[in-house]
Amino acid sequence: MTVNGQEVTADVEPRTLLVHFLRENLRLTGTHVGCETGYCGACTIHVDGQPVKSCTMLAAQADGASVTTIEGLAQNGELHPVQEGFWERHGLQCGFCTPGMIMSAAALLAENDNPSEDQIRHGIEGNLCRCTGYHNIVRAVEYAGAKVRGEEPPAPDWEGAS
Amino acid sequence: MATTSVMGGAVKRREDPALIKGYGSFVDDMTPTRVAHVAFLRSPIARAKITKLDTSAAKETEGVVAVYTHDDVSHLGPLLAQVPIGKLRPLLADGEVNHVGEAIAMVVAENRYAAQDAVDAIDVDYDVMTPVIDLKKAKSDEIKVHDELESNVLHTWTYHGYWDALGLEDQTAEVDAAMERDDAVVVSLEMTNQRLIPVAIEPRSVIADWNPGYGSFTIHSSTQVPHALGGAVSKMFGLKSTDVRVIAPEVGGGFGCKLNVYNDEILVAFASQALGRPVKWTETRREAAGATIHGRGWIGTATLVGTKDGEFLGYKLEAIADMGAYTQNFTVAIPLLGLWIASGQYKMPVSWTVDCVVTNTMTTDAYRGAGRPEAIYYLERVIDAYAREIGMDPLDVRVKNFWQPDEFPATMGCGFALDSGDYEGAVEKLKAEAGYEDLLQKREEARAEGRHVGIGIGSYVEVCGFGPAVLAEIGFSWANYGLPASFNGSGIVRVNPDATVTVVIGTGPTGQGHQTTWAQIVGDGLGIPVEDIKVLHGDTREHPMGIGTFGSRSLSVDGAATFEATKKVREKAARIAAHILEASADDIVFEDGGAHVAGSPDKRAEWAQIAKAAYQAHTSPEDLDSGLEAHTTFSPGNATWPFGTHLALVEVDSDTGDVKILDYYAVDDCGNVVSPMIVNGQVHGGIAQGIGQALFEDAVYDEAGNMLTGSLLDYPLPTAADLPSLHLSHTVTPTDVNPMGVKGIGEAGTIGSAHTIVNAVVDALSPLGVKHIDMPLRPKRVWAAIQEASN
Repeated sequence: MTVNGQEVTADVEPRTLLVHFLRENLRLTGTHVGCETGYCGACTIHVDGQPVKSCTMLAAQADGASVTTIEGLAQNGELHPVQEGFWERHGLQCGFCTPGMIMSAAALLAENDNPSEDQIRHGIEGNLCRCTGYHNIVRAVEYAGAKVRGEEPPAPDWEGAS
Repeated sequence: MATTSVMGGAVKRREDPALIKGYGSFVDDMTPTRVAHVAFLRSPIARAKITKLDTSAAKETEGVVAVYTHDDVSHLGPLLAQVPIGKLRPLLADGEVNHVGEAIAMVVAENRYAAQDAVDAIDVDYDVMTPVIDLKKAKSDEIKVHDELESNVLHTWTYHGYWDALGLEDQTAEVDAAMERDDAVVVSLEMTNQRLIPVAIEPRSVIADWNPGYGSFTIHSSTQVPHALGGAVSKMFGLKSTDVRVIAPEVGGGFGCKLNVYNDEILVAFASQALGRPVKWTETRREAAGATIHGRGWIGTATLVGTKDGEFLGYKLEAIADMGAYTQNFTVAIPLLGLWIASGQYKMPVSWTVDCVVTNTMTTDAYRGAGRPEAIYYLERVIDAYAREIGMDPLDVRVKNFWQPDEFPATMGCGFALDSGDYEGAVEKLKAEAGYEDLLQKREEARAEGRHVGIGIGSYVEVCGFGPAVLAEIGFSWANYGLPASFNGSGIVRVNPDATVTVVIGTGPTGQGHQTTWAQIVGDGLGIPVEDIKVLHGDTREHPMGIGTFGSRSLSVDGAATFEATKKVREKAARIAAHILEASADDIVFEDGGAHVAGSPDKRAEWAQIAKAAYQAHTSPEDLDSGLEAHTTFSPGNATWPFGTHLALVEVDSDTGDVKILDYYAVDDCGNVVSPMIVNGQVHGGIAQGIGQALFEDAVYDEAGNMLTGSLLDYPLPTAADLPSLHLSHTVTPTDVNPMGVKGIGEAGTIGSAHTIVNAVVDALSPLGVKHIDMPLRPKRVWAAIQEASN
């Protein structure tokens, strides 16, 4: 398979999960395991451009696929607009769900760069965050959407913000 | 661009770049050379004698290194507890199991798959016994959970009797007498505050590495309390504290569940020492649901007595709190945190009794709010019912009974004094922000259309900033973990020779942004850009004694210590600058990245000059020690008492029972604010967890003690689609308990929100006759309540 633009080849046990292959064989530990059952979304990556929960996919199933993980999202040292949005709008606290959340949000914006709040909320509802109450994650995605569209992002909503 | 104007400013977080790029370093991301992996055999039965435990086949499984049972580890003793009332947890089951999920055997193998295979190969037989799950049955002692304990009731907390030394007066007679008054309105509600699973998204994880050469441990753990873990390991293994280094790297959420020292942490250390190689364990989500502490779990009856025109005459709570099978860190002490705020923002006599009972379930302990959400829920729900009973606006009835601004510090019946407050100020701000009058109008219009729209009000006061030495005297003692007994905070501030700053603190953050907030505090004090300030935490070898991050205490205790250390560094720097500039230290002013003589801005010494001079004896004043560093410990005289009032607007679909939150407004007062960005983030997350309790979450054991909610499918957390955007604002009433005037905000959102939502749903359904629905208000339960009320 291709991971973040690099060809990788390995022999693995048939039962090896894709997320374990990425984390343990390739040492790409930005993709996290939160629940092993596909509910929390911390393990979300892109497989052939689509968001996929890598704890419910076998490594062998990704044979020949093109995989992008959080480590491969920034291009040429430039943060992806969603990564920038998370930093600018305090879209993360502990940061554990963040890579998966960013991958889902990036996939959402790739399909629709001007989603409504409701579309954002439904677009990321497969990713659980226990820290932020999602409020600032939604603001982060709105920020990123504006950036993608080449518009000025809305101002932050905390007191004293300009 | 350098950021120097920092206090009260929203500085982008220093933590974020690594985390958003996928380079954060959590424990499970680490794989030391030769590491072996652990899996546990856990009990599927709530209560049983173990009649057979045969590990021979497991030991022969491919890739297995070792299998351990109780006899291998019993010499280490049971797990330590801070408040050791009840039965302490054995490290591995000692011939009996007392809850589903209890660890029976530990397998160590070459990889995690092999470890799990070997767990499946262990042969166990159980002689199943009748478990005690129901709290009232537990209290009756009909069946005792532990033969060696006198009763299932481990302890009873009373408002006046929780600490004899205070000599408090029992107000029960006063409350009872009020109920007999002719003009008394007495309202009672029997309510459940259900058991919850904290669910940090990062499962707990630990790697222990025993170095046989040095005879020392290095332990990486996903913990809120690295010093406590280090102390516990040194105590249990008979080592010097300097031979145990605990590192808490990035920790993926805690919410209290990582504030315990766990048996698995001790067991992994044991295995590493026994095998002479690094050993790692990462919990599965099922283990997180059944073997990491739970929170809440109360049943009880709250009674409010007042006059017909809304004057509170007294409040009574009689409740039972579920401790689970074994006592861990704070377990039995959790209700005491609720006791201290039993009277909320109101001036009235209180009678408050909580029985702490043992059951065949997982241990309960601190989950975000810890005792305080329970206490406030009971109080604020019954206040709401009382307001409805006498036909008074729920905000008006609250305001009528608030402590007044000129009454602070206000000593409550529990002996503690509320530090500062302007409770009505928060209500006024809430009314303005939410457009309260318009909302009332909207509700009436919706009702006229046959819609079930409700407004819920919830006030709260909380107690946090745990630091007062008096807590150690009451019985909370970290000394059991080999630490200083008290809850003091500490901070080290060191200006390096290149004028960068290293700040070292004893907290254990799990996403609260300490690297940023502390950089703001120190940057503001020294006039050095936050970009040049590095904040370190979570390494017991390098960092000052600290008891970690919990109870919304970090800023008001350890932050205050760092604030004081910063002042000391500035004073020393002023003397060095005075030496360089041949002036008096009293005349030195710090500004724009350097110091100058007051009134002579041209007579300047840059920080780089001052810092360098501090490290060379020939360039600093003769009577000054070398270096530019201070280490300060801070012991506050009182806790801090943040407060606020929240408002929720909800709509209930009476056909399906579905609850939709239309709007949510919160006014919180945590005193002075260092970072409004981070404070808002804390409130957002806190409210989401309160809403989670109100609408979705429920940790359920059936009558046989089976855990029915062991996955995130059965234990639904709120998703983005379940929650609205939140309207937050603040009032600022500083405290004089610490020099920064800050109070703490980590738990406020949770303490303020669950009852706000339930009050709103009951308000929506009150025209149908619904008076109360127990949480979580899932559609089925709401629908059933509507049916019951209409029949």
